[in-house]
Amino acid sequence: MKNSLLSKKNRKLLSDPLGDQNPITIQVLGICSALAITVQLQQALVMSMSVVFVMVCGNMIISALRNVIPSRIRIIVQLVVVSSLVVFVDQVLQAFLPDVQEKLSVFIGLIVSNCIIMGRLEAFALGNTLWPSFLDGIGNAVGYGWILLAVAFFRELFGSGKLFGYQVFPDAWYEAGGGFYLNNNLMILPPMALIVVGVIIWVQRSRKSFPEELLEEN
Amino acid sequence: MDFLRKTLNKIKPHFSEGGKLEKLHPAYDAFETFLFVPDHTTSSKCHVRDSIDLKRTMGTIILALLPCLIFGCYNIGYQYYLQFDPGFISGNFFSFFNLFLYGLIKVTPMIIVSYGVGLSIEFAFAVFRGHQVNEGYLVTGMLIPLIFPIDCPLWIVALSVIFAVVIGKEVFGGTGMNILNPALLARGFAFFAYPTKLSGDKVWVSDGYTDAISGETALGELATLVKDNVPTEQVNNVLSNFSTEGSYSLMNSFLGFIPGSIGETSVLAVLIGASILLMTGLGSWRIMFSALLGGFFMASIFKLWGANPFMDLNPIHQLCIGGFMFAIVFMATDPVSAAQTNTGKLIYGFLCGFLGIMIRVFNPAYPEGIMLAILFMNVMAPLIDHYVVESSIKRRMNRINI
Repeated sequence: MKNSLLSKKNRKLLSDPLGDQNPITIQVLGICSALAITVQLQQALVMSMSVVFVMVCGNMIISALRNVIPSRIRIIVQLVVVSSLVVFVDQVLQAFLPDVQEKLSVFIGLIVSNCIIMGRLEAFALGNTLWPSFLDGIGNAVGYGWILLAVAFFRELFGSGKLFGYQVFPDAWYEAGGGFYLNNNLMILPPMALIVVGVIIWVQRSRKSFPEELLEEN
Repeated sequence: MDFLRKTLNKIKPHFSEGGKLEKLHPAYDAFETFLFVPDHTTSSKCHVRDSIDLKRTMGTIILALLPCLIFGCYNIGYQYYLQFDPGFISGNFFSFFNLFLYGLIKVTPMIIVSYGVGLSIEFAFAVFRGHQVNEGYLVTGMLIPLIFPIDCPLWIVALSVIFAVVIGKEVFGGTGMNILNPALLARGFAFFAYPTKLSGDKVWVSDGYTDAISGETALGELATLVKDNVPTEQVNNVLSNFSTEGSYSLMNSFLGFIPGSIGETSVLAVLIGASILLMTGLGSWRIMFSALLGGFFMASIFKLWGANPFMDLNPIHQLCIGGFMFAIVFMATDPVSAAQTNTGKLIYGFLCGFLGIMIRVFNPAYPEGIMLAILFMNVMAPLIDHYVVESSIKRRMNRINI
């Protein structure tokens, strides 16, 4: 039986990771990078785009090769594919966005060990055809990306009063300009990223039910 | 009284089940129990009721905090006038009253903000979750202004309160469920978020700071000595402040005539509070005693070590400056976040004091080491309890013969 390109099942692959099956807020995967590179929106955006690229390409390549990969060495094959993609992304960033690359430094390299990517390759791409793997890759990477951007939005706005490097709060608000306002330094420190992610999870869980309870019911 | 009772009875149907304002029942309930003794009776199996409920506990702790508050108000006025006109502070009653009034006017807005913001959040959560409003915030709301510097902007106080109540308490399920002491969490938040307003030499003396007098806390002064190559002149200068005649002399530190957070400066006032807590049995003597011991132990080690002038300070003097005494009496003894077992309390208290002094001396950037130490030990308290209980079980298991 053949599904059409955007059948209900396929659309679910795309939309589930954005909300109900979000890799960060529900599965709590890949939060190390979410804590490390969400100080500025620009970094978060570049990181998300890199992950989208690596994830989609990785998913598709593994999916295409799934019948020829011996299952004993599949992890190694996955690692080779993902690391080549990551090296490629790293080189592109070095060529075109050297300053952002410098700030992200080791975290681009660490995409290799991002549990979301390995998890999807292992759990999905190895057992599915090209098109669903493509959708699944986009869904999970964007699900990861929007959380990153949401966290970075709050951290950059309240931590340095900027968005994408542009001053949002007028200078007159700040004490130096005769105002009353101060930037929240805690927002720049990693613990606050954890708390912001926690609050997003809290909001999500109070709107929907707890995923653990759903599991028990099934 | 009669009028109040009648009014309450009149509006009660609106808030009861089926009434128009049923959703606001927790708010009504809070007001009613605040004004009148509730007529609640036990509904479940356990029929032992103690007359000391949460409300009375909280009331007593606030009573114990009053000496700190009153002296704090006086000290704010004292520090303020000291910078312009030391002559104004003569011994007569009029000037005492003036100084106290000045401080009271400065402190009252902070208390109002702290209670206003904190209680609104508690109300909102109670209404939203449909449970009774707890009295747990009454003490936190009084502690928070007492551990903030007087010149801290009110919006920072408000923000810290929001953070402490929502992230520190409501997330975990409200009063009695929190892992960390909410008041300390508020200060910790403000300390890391707005360091310029919570430390340094500009915030401890209420506005109108002049260069003629140092507005630095005793700890801040000492911290300047923990660097390489501090000129001998400066060392002597600072140390002279700590001699018997200096402004941070042992006597001044004990009585509290030094700059600092509002309620923390006077060891004497803290001791009065401590005696109230101990007499009523609300504060654990084990924690207070072992924390004092831990702090003294660490300070003595530093005294023997003596690598820099900060370490070289007399241990008793070391304990009298900063918020150490205030913290171990009112914060470390918080029954919710402290260790629960008796042995656990001794270990917990000792480590609080020990780490508190260690942090403040080793890392001059964190002068209020005791705050960080207690927050850290709050997290460790369940672990301590776990091992105390485990070892107790193990010891008893060895005794039984099967």
